[in-house]
Amino acid sequence: MTLFYGTELTSRLMLGTAQYPSPEILADAVRRAGAGVVTVSLRREAAGARAGQAFWELIRGLDVPVLPNTAGCHTVREAVTTAQMAREVFGTDWIKLEVIGESDTLQPDMFALVEAARILTEDGFKVFPYMTEDLVGAERLLRAGCEVLMPWGAPIGSGKGLNNLFGLRALRAHFPDVPMVVDAGIGVPSHAAQAMELGYDAVLINTAVAKAGNPAEMARAFAMAVEAGRMAYIADPMEERDMAVPSTPVIGQAVL
Amino acid sequence: MQITVNGERHDVQATTLSALLDEMGYDATTRIATAVDGCFVAASKRPALALHPGAQVEILAPMQGG
Repeated sequence: MTLFYGTELTSRLMLGTAQYPSPEILADAVRRAGAGVVTVSLRREAAGARAGQAFWELIRGLDVPVLPNTAGCHTVREAVTTAQMAREVFGTDWIKLEVIGESDTLQPDMFALVEAARILTEDGFKVFPYMTEDLVGAERLLRAGCEVLMPWGAPIGSGKGLNNLFGLRALRAHFPDVPMVVDAGIGVPSHAAQAMELGYDAVLINTAVAKAGNPAEMARAFAMAVEAGRMAYIADPMEERDMAVPSTPVIGQAVL
Repeated sequence: MQITVNGERHDVQATTLSALLDEMGYDATTRIATAVDGCFVAASKRPALALHPGAQVEILAPMQGG
């Protein structure tokens, strides 16, 4: 059992809600994924516009826990203020903390991330920090009060999968008891299965489902991959070798 | 007075944040969050939040996110 700030999720697949062709397709994808969490955000809205309210009602109807994000924030102050606003709007103290440091890769600014995480945890937030796979940064985030870590697989929306397998494996090994989610960069279900096989506790997917030709079908495929990967991790995979080992017994083989 | 709301300049009569929301036509039941000059203002604090000329107001609503 994996607890995220004391909560056991119904699924290890977390799903983003952005970029779907329509609200109906989004709702269908969330259902088919059996998502354990959905991520949401905040944006400016003019008086009289009802898009935000309609979206909120759609999400509430799905009856899945929400994880608001601070997407687009580049400074500690922006991220902290956005988190405070999200807590009031969405009625949860969970926050996916994003502080972006580089605009081409949307790479997290680990220095600002640690500072923002410290301020928010002191203010009672339960922080899910979007981070690189940096071991020292991870240690600092845990010291700042984070009880979950969310390393990237690859840059957001790139679909490249797990760019640094060594780094992700090292992070998992260093903090075996910390719930960890691979967030960002996953493109196809095999990437998600790979993250789960490494022992990650969950994955967060958005673009790979939303931008698929058939988002609902892809959502289901990801759900199956996450389950298969987790099952494989629990089942303890065999060791990899460089040389062949015959699987068919050689004893008793005929000499012809 | 002149203030900025969601990046656009407005000339408003309101002197408090809650009065501004009324003046701009935000429905009291709509789920929004507010910030003034980069600082979060909780819904309960809006009536007491005095606006000043040049104030930067942000009004945010739920939105899709990854």
